[in-house]
Amino acid sequence: MSSYETHEYDVLIIGAGGAGLRAAIEAAVGDLKVGLVCKSLLGKAHTVMAEGGVAAALANVDERDSWRVHFADTMRGGQYLSNARMAELHAQESPDRVRELEAWGALFDRTQEGGILQRNFGGHQYPRLAHVGDRTGLEMIRALQDHGIHQGIEVHMENTVVSLLKTGDRVSGAFGYEREKGRFKIFAAKAVVLATGGVGKAYKITSNSWEYTGDGHALAYHAGAELIDMEFVQFHPTGMVWPPSVRGILVTEGVRGEGGILTNSEGRRFMFDDIPELYVTQTADNPEEGWLYTQGDREARRPPELLTRDHVARCIVREVQEGRGSPHGGVFLDIAWIKEKISNAPEHIRRKLPSMYHQFKELADIDITQEPMEVGPTTHYIMGGIRVDADSQMTAVPGLFAAGECAAGLHGANRLGGNSLSDLLVFGKRAGEYAAQFAMENEAVSLDESEVDTIATHTLKPFENPPEDANGDKVGPYDIQARLQDKMQELVGIARTQGSLTQALEEIQNLREKAEIVHAIGNREYNSGWHTALDLDCLLTVSEAIALAALERRASIGAHSRDDHPEKEEPGAGKYNTIIKKADDGAMGIRREPVDELRSDLQEIIDEIG
Amino acid sequence: MAKATFRIWRGNADGAEFVDYDTEVSEGMVVLDAVHRIQAEQANDMAVRWNCKAGKCGSCSAEVNGQPKLMCMTRLNNLPLDEPVTVEPMRAFPLIKDLVTDVSWNFKVKEKMKPFAPRPPDAEDGTWRMEQEDIDHVQEFRKCIECFLCQDVCHVLREHDLHDEFIGPRFFVYAASLEMHPIDTENRLEELKDSDGIGYCNITKCCTKVCPEHITITDNAIIPLKERVVDEFYDPIKKLFRVFSR
Repeated sequence: MSSYETHEYDVLIIGAGGAGLRAAIEAAVGDLKVGLVCKSLLGKAHTVMAEGGVAAALANVDERDSWRVHFADTMRGGQYLSNARMAELHAQESPDRVRELEAWGALFDRTQEGGILQRNFGGHQYPRLAHVGDRTGLEMIRALQDHGIHQGIEVHMENTVVSLLKTGDRVSGAFGYEREKGRFKIFAAKAVVLATGGVGKAYKITSNSWEYTGDGHALAYHAGAELIDMEFVQFHPTGMVWPPSVRGILVTEGVRGEGGILTNSEGRRFMFDDIPELYVTQTADNPEEGWLYTQGDREARRPPELLTRDHVARCIVREVQEGRGSPHGGVFLDIAWIKEKISNAPEHIRRKLPSMYHQFKELADIDITQEPMEVGPTTHYIMGGIRVDADSQMTAVPGLFAAGECAAGLHGANRLGGNSLSDLLVFGKRAGEYAAQFAMENEAVSLDESEVDTIATHTLKPFENPPEDANGDKVGPYDIQARLQDKMQELVGIARTQGSLTQALEEIQNLREKAEIVHAIGNREYNSGWHTALDLDCLLTVSEAIALAALERRASIGAHSRDDHPEKEEPGAGKYNTIIKKADDGAMGIRREPVDELRSDLQEIIDEIG
Repeated sequence: MAKATFRIWRGNADGAEFVDYDTEVSEGMVVLDAVHRIQAEQANDMAVRWNCKAGKCGSCSAEVNGQPKLMCMTRLNNLPLDEPVTVEPMRAFPLIKDLVTDVSWNFKVKEKMKPFAPRPPDAEDGTWRMEQEDIDHVQEFRKCIECFLCQDVCHVLREHDLHDEFIGPRFFVYAASLEMHPIDTENRLEELKDSDGIGYCNITKCCTKVCPEHITITDNAIIPLKERVVDEFYDPIKKLFRVFSR
């Protein structure tokens, strides 16, 4: 092992967004040696972009709220495909996780009484999202970061893990490179927590940055863990659509929470035209009631703009397809209209939505206090991911844990806004806690040197490959990545069919052959092309998993829509999860597992609350 | 589609130079888009840091036509495209490669500062009561996205290289966010005066001008901290100091 720089930890955390930081803080509570590896600088992970808030039934604004209502809302939002135990733990523990952030310096907006203020959000029955204007994620990641740096955690910034290491059945560490010089590193560890976030970079239009290439999903899959419900990719209904260079950048749901309305080119509030059965009784049937709801009227029901994200996204796509879209292929999101209702509207909007005001002003020359925005769906989040034990967050691989977006179970077929920030706090903590426990109960295992050599050789292969394939086609990393993104957008997007998905799987296979011979120029020093080449394997793995699972689920439920199977359930199939696992021959295997029956006390909550 | 030339700093600590790239530009593009297009089409191995592309993460700091900017928030239609657009790394930090600099010093500075230390909770459930008006000014400081552009332009760091004696505007803002936090109990004034070197700041407000989050760094963070330091350590000359700093 002498040829590689080696670091030994009790617990290794991969990823330093909210889940990774929270896990690291928890794992470091005792005397354990904790390492944290992240692809970017500390504090830059996508948690920083979360805007609207963190869902927790603090009941500071509406005392009728409780963990039971939050649980029921989460289950309904996920179309009852969620892991109920995770939804239960999440709803019960998120209030404590939020309060704890205050003890670490976070400053949420306040109520009149001086407590944490909460706002309305899609699918949540009561005002539940603790927030700081529209920069909640920044506040959270900074609070975690500023607390975390004093806990004795060793941080490896701008390091990328390319493979997990196993000894026998157990995970024994990870192998990766640091960006600056391209040097390899071994991270030996008794327990490993994956907290790598999402897969948005598999799509052309996305709110995700270069980092979100499904690393954790792919690392876990190749290590023998299972992926669950990968077909459920959340297309956030409101991304920017113009100018072209900012297409996909997120426009927070908070705009609608503050009274923003969606209209089509005819000026019609089209969301009133299609309200799903599950939500009819909870949804306003006239604009005035919707407005009163956003202003805190407890008797009013939510406006249809605050229905779940999957539904709002589909309605927007319908308006555009049927020719009622905005000039640049979206619809209008209007918050400026509230000047009809309140006197100091521009100031109010700038105060409640400062970064949205800034974003549109700077990037699109639009003053959102005066004119509507143009918005359309953008790939935002994956509900599916690494299958974990609800309590401990351990995967099927002993010693390997996962938390946050890369793990799955909580959100089922569709995630409610605000439930990801709470997810990463609740389950980040749990993953850190149980990983630490695993590390204390198990001895370190030795690493297999020959395995590491093989991975290292493979990692350098892009430099050896010729710049063109046998047909004279360029095989640069950005070309392959862009082709994959185009195909995923076109064939595995919001509307899917058996034909599109079958074609997608073929395209992915072709691109995998190209990725095998991907060519990188230059040397190992901070070489973005080489890094992009290495990320391709992860992107292709998660793309295949998404397409395969989408092909398997012959129904349209939550975020997954099959034009050839519009019904919500396949006749006779019951409620099931799709499970992906690498077969012995290396092929991707898929099967279904029925969703567990609800514990009776949890079923009672749902029967009572709906 | 129009073309424009981008004059980008390429190289590492052993040697670097401007290289010109022509690329197509279209409506609404920002500098980072152009850099990405060049990276994808002409210079795969070009090093550039970025994440959110929406001015929220503070990764893509650089000097565009000599001005410290976030590349993702710098629109091309605000730049003269009839001449080359120069894109350089931040000059106050050591170059790693191309547009990427070694900003690790900033992370080390923060680690050395006294962390947040809250008073005991106000309520039995472990929470505190704070008025919104009491946290407004601290929330301004907490808007900081750690892009380090304020550090880049601060002459104490950039020209005088006093990284060992001076923590820079970013960390005065951080110190202010802790010192003015309604429930913090720690006292950081001695460090501010001594190891943090707040006295080196002569209030030229360069940092405030470049802050992409529009934090009024000098007026709201540094000057009040200076006043607190003076109150604590130099009380007799406090009045005199105020006369001079006006």
